[in-house]
Amino acid sequence: MSGMLYNEPSPLEVKVLTRRFGLESPVRIDTYLATGGYQAFQKALKMKPEEIIEEVKASNLRGRGGAGFPTGMKWGFVPRHSPKPKYIVANGDEGEPGTCKDRLLMENDPHQLLEGMMIAAVAVGAQAGYIYIRGEFRKCLETVEQAIGEARERGYLGKNILGSGFDFDMFTRTGAGSYECGEESALLESLEGKRGVPRIRPPFPAVVGAFGCPTVLNNVETFCAVPHIINDGGAAFALLGTPRNGGTRLFCLSGHINRPGVYELPMGFNLLRMIEEVGGGIRGGKKLKAVIPGGSSCPVLKAEECDIAMDFDTLAKAKSMLGSGGVIVMDEDTCMVKAAMRILSFYAHESCGWCVPCREGTTWLKKLLVRFHAGEGSRGDIDLIAEVARNMLGRTFCPLGDAAAMPAMAFVEKFRDEFEAHAEGEPCPFEPSPREVLAR
Amino acid sequence: MTFSPQLEARFEELLRSCPPGHKRSALIPMLLYAQDEVGAVTQEVVEEITRRLGLKTMEADEVVTYYSMLRRKPAGKYHIQICTNISCMLTGGLELWEHARKKLGIGNHEVTPDGLFSLEEVECIGACSWAPAILVNYDFHHKVTPEAFDRLIDTLRKLS
Repeated sequence: MSGMLYNEPSPLEVKVLTRRFGLESPVRIDTYLATGGYQAFQKALKMKPEEIIEEVKASNLRGRGGAGFPTGMKWGFVPRHSPKPKYIVANGDEGEPGTCKDRLLMENDPHQLLEGMMIAAVAVGAQAGYIYIRGEFRKCLETVEQAIGEARERGYLGKNILGSGFDFDMFTRTGAGSYECGEESALLESLEGKRGVPRIRPPFPAVVGAFGCPTVLNNVETFCAVPHIINDGGAAFALLGTPRNGGTRLFCLSGHINRPGVYELPMGFNLLRMIEEVGGGIRGGKKLKAVIPGGSSCPVLKAEECDIAMDFDTLAKAKSMLGSGGVIVMDEDTCMVKAAMRILSFYAHESCGWCVPCREGTTWLKKLLVRFHAGEGSRGDIDLIAEVARNMLGRTFCPLGDAAAMPAMAFVEKFRDEFEAHAEGEPCPFEPSPREVLAR
Repeated sequence: MTFSPQLEARFEELLRSCPPGHKRSALIPMLLYAQDEVGAVTQEVVEEITRRLGLKTMEADEVVTYYSMLRRKPAGKYHIQICTNISCMLTGGLELWEHARKKLGIGNHEVTPDGLFSLEEVECIGACSWAPAILVNYDFHHKVTPEAFDRLIDTLRKLS
């Protein structure tokens, strides 16, 4: 069985997590073992739990799902001496628009994910791990299940693993269609067989997570980095990136560029350079207008803001986010009202309805933007969009409300001229007769 | 009701993976895997699975109404899901969606009279770098042009 790669690699890549991509049968345990696989796990079995956590802290690894929370610190919150069972959960519910990296990691190197989770299990003393994979990724789920089966057969999972006295097993869980389940607490609800609505925090999952027990919950890419940190040392991983932003990251380039694709680049890689040299520049010789730097929840950057280092802290300073690594590139012909409308339609569809400001806010933002793009908006509606969005911020159990409000505010603030050009019955300057774009 | 031996084996594995007292953790995968075999989450499926898990049927109904992939009525033999979210929209996803509706003569969540195809406009399916992307049942198709879509439909028709 061969792996699944959908774009040519770039010579500028620094291949750490993707180093096995393109090998023959990269998904099989024999390939994994022949290329250094499960050595980090064996090393971890001989380490003290605190040493593992210290190593992860030293690596400056931060959550690759979007929030960028320091992974080592998250692991450190798990009460090690709690009498309850402990769980490791991988978030493979990849759903943030613009993001398509976790599927590649699972399709091309599933054992790397398993090994990262096993090391986390040793670090916190967990007894079982669950890999939650979005329902649409069935083929990917089967690849991961095959890997789990192989790991069991070879004694890397089960009772008394490799004679260490450590017991750990792993299972998959399919999702069934819900963006909200990518949010950690909603994912835990879904793992327990319920509707994916968020839980109020605290308590955080590290203390009360899956089945009411202490849980380490990380994104797939985050776990995939762990074997490298244990093998090469946290300091070496940290050095690949920028201060406080360790390692490499899988950037997913999409939109109006010549070579869209998923590329592994050091943290802090310059965004303009990424577009020009890795992505081959804007399609059709057009000019760059805007970039959403980390998935649709992240406030849009104007072209002149794109000479920027792609790490969590630099993007936060620029009032955007690194998010989940989905770099969405838009050329000069893109209607920003239409882009905002499509993104907000998504959040209105995916809001779980648990918190009123999000349920009502996303629906109103969608309605306002649909009206605007149809030329039926008034100038007063421009400020209304910003006001509705402001009233959602920070008023919900989970970040979905903010994830919708922040891009809405940024589109209005940065491209106000385009909203004004659409107002009071004016046709869309980019698409004079807007088609009916929202079938649902 | 009875399921295939393969599905029963899958259910058994799922139940083994639930921590003691948490059989409900198998509910969502069981519903989706059963739907794959039966074609829909029928009342009979709900009753059978909730009976096995010791749940009220309402507890499964709550889940079925929440998750977008779970459905009460069968889809077509080939369920075609077209993404029109931002990355796909920028690369022709909306035009593809319109083309597909015309080509198949059906709208969102509808099935062709021969039962062969159904259509759904979906949110991001995680193939943004290879957009526009579609799913046919569980198979991804990347960088789908209207012409490629027509070829795909013709191929699937011939297969049936």
